[in-house]
Amino acid sequence: MRDVAIIGVGMTRFGELWNQSLRDIFAEAALKAMENAHVEKLDALYVGAMSPGLYVYQEHIASVMADYIGQRGIPATRVESACASGGLSVKSAYLEVASGMSDIVLAGGVEKMWDADDGSFILATASDQEFEAFHGVTFPGLYAMMANRYMYQYGLTREELAQVPIKNHKHSVGNKNAQYAFEIDFKTIMNSAMVADPLRLMDCSPITDGAAAVILCPLDRAKEFTDKPIKIKGIGASTGPIALHDHKDVTKLEAVKLAADRAYKMAGAKPQDISFCEVHDCFSIAEIIVAEELGFFDYGKAGKAIAEGQATYGGKVVLNSSGGLKAKGHPVGATGVAQVIEAVEQLRGEAGKRQVPNIKLGMTQNMGGSGGSSVVHILEAV
Amino acid sequence: MANSQRYTREIPHRYRLEAQKFSDGYVSFSTRYISPESNTKKSEKITLKGTGTIVAYTVIHIAADAFAKQTPFPVAIIETDEGARLTTQIVDCKISDVKIGGKVEFVFRKMGEEGESGIINYCYKAVLL
Repeated sequence: MRDVAIIGVGMTRFGELWNQSLRDIFAEAALKAMENAHVEKLDALYVGAMSPGLYVYQEHIASVMADYIGQRGIPATRVESACASGGLSVKSAYLEVASGMSDIVLAGGVEKMWDADDGSFILATASDQEFEAFHGVTFPGLYAMMANRYMYQYGLTREELAQVPIKNHKHSVGNKNAQYAFEIDFKTIMNSAMVADPLRLMDCSPITDGAAAVILCPLDRAKEFTDKPIKIKGIGASTGPIALHDHKDVTKLEAVKLAADRAYKMAGAKPQDISFCEVHDCFSIAEIIVAEELGFFDYGKAGKAIAEGQATYGGKVVLNSSGGLKAKGHPVGATGVAQVIEAVEQLRGEAGKRQVPNIKLGMTQNMGGSGGSSVVHILEAV
Repeated sequence: MANSQRYTREIPHRYRLEAQKFSDGYVSFSTRYISPESNTKKSEKITLKGTGTIVAYTVIHIAADAFAKQTPFPVAIIETDEGARLTTQIVDCKISDVKIGGKVEFVFRKMGEEGESGIINYCYKAVLL
């Protein structure tokens, strides 16, 4: 297997993009990434998307996108793993380059969510349709049950839980691509609508249109395209139970630990080596459980640690410098790729006010459903 | 998915609470060919007696369109006395009485209907004991 580097990145602004269609936003992100990498011709294309068929009634989107980014004729593959589709798109493109099959490969992700009629129904298709969604459980409902059990088991308070979105919104300020780049406080959260007890609207990542793309090539060719190649040092992917009730302990997300252990092993790294990670904070409780599964904090301790400032600048590890899914936005299929872009910008030293000092490794963790899948990447500037 | 024939395959678990006990002791409410615990394929059919304990719960305030008229409604993960895990609604109760560790019993209830002239769905739900 060959070493692989990221040589270019591009994304749209995340938000309500009423003037652009599904293909428009993907093309904008992809063409920006190709321009950033100084490439005009791709050898292959991967597109992560959760459910364009339900959101905008378009399937077969790998061919749509190849056509609309000027690459008609190349092999193109759609990758789906619910909200982890983007992360899995990057992994799939990595394998194509590492194997020697192709040299210049674009890994993208996209979701056009605002056009949908019944977004709660569409997102719930990432849960167990026959045994969860059938009973009226929504996606926030599943994470609410995790929060309910976690608070019961570990004594996490409502105020501590609120510190996750408060921190992530604070990080997002100045991120020009973020959907909601403003600060919020505890009152904002408690005054927002109850979605699924104890989770309120301001505990939930938003509905978002957006696309993101990165260009991969063999590491030994990377300097042809950029002065700042970023090596993909470790990748881990995993699956877990599709239904939340099949997790022995619903305060754990074992798929995240499996993926992280694989990525750490491949990269020769430990949690202590990581000073920056983009994590999948689809709901406030998710960041807390994920931070434990990644090995940053002990089980039952992450909520308090985050509330004490251990997951922001000056703490143990900066989680979600971009603002995370909560403030940056969560176009499900694009999220995993956008996380990788934030890590690339941090490692290139191009994150501006969000820059994490003395950063050596960049890490991302993307998750599907209520822990049915997860993809972890560890990146390094070379 | 508006055909009604497909509901016949749901009858054993939704109407009769049938589950599977694998030879390694794992009890699955959803039909599986292989145990996720030990990979054994040996199992026997059992009928759940219909009682269990609340593992975790929430109250849904914002629902998918099909459930919008029922909000707010509690849903919970239940561990049955046989050790099977499943998710279902808790009905006929004061929402504030739903607690982790609470005992429940399954009841046979209407879930919804597929359009104005479509089939009516029935299923298990839980009541507090």
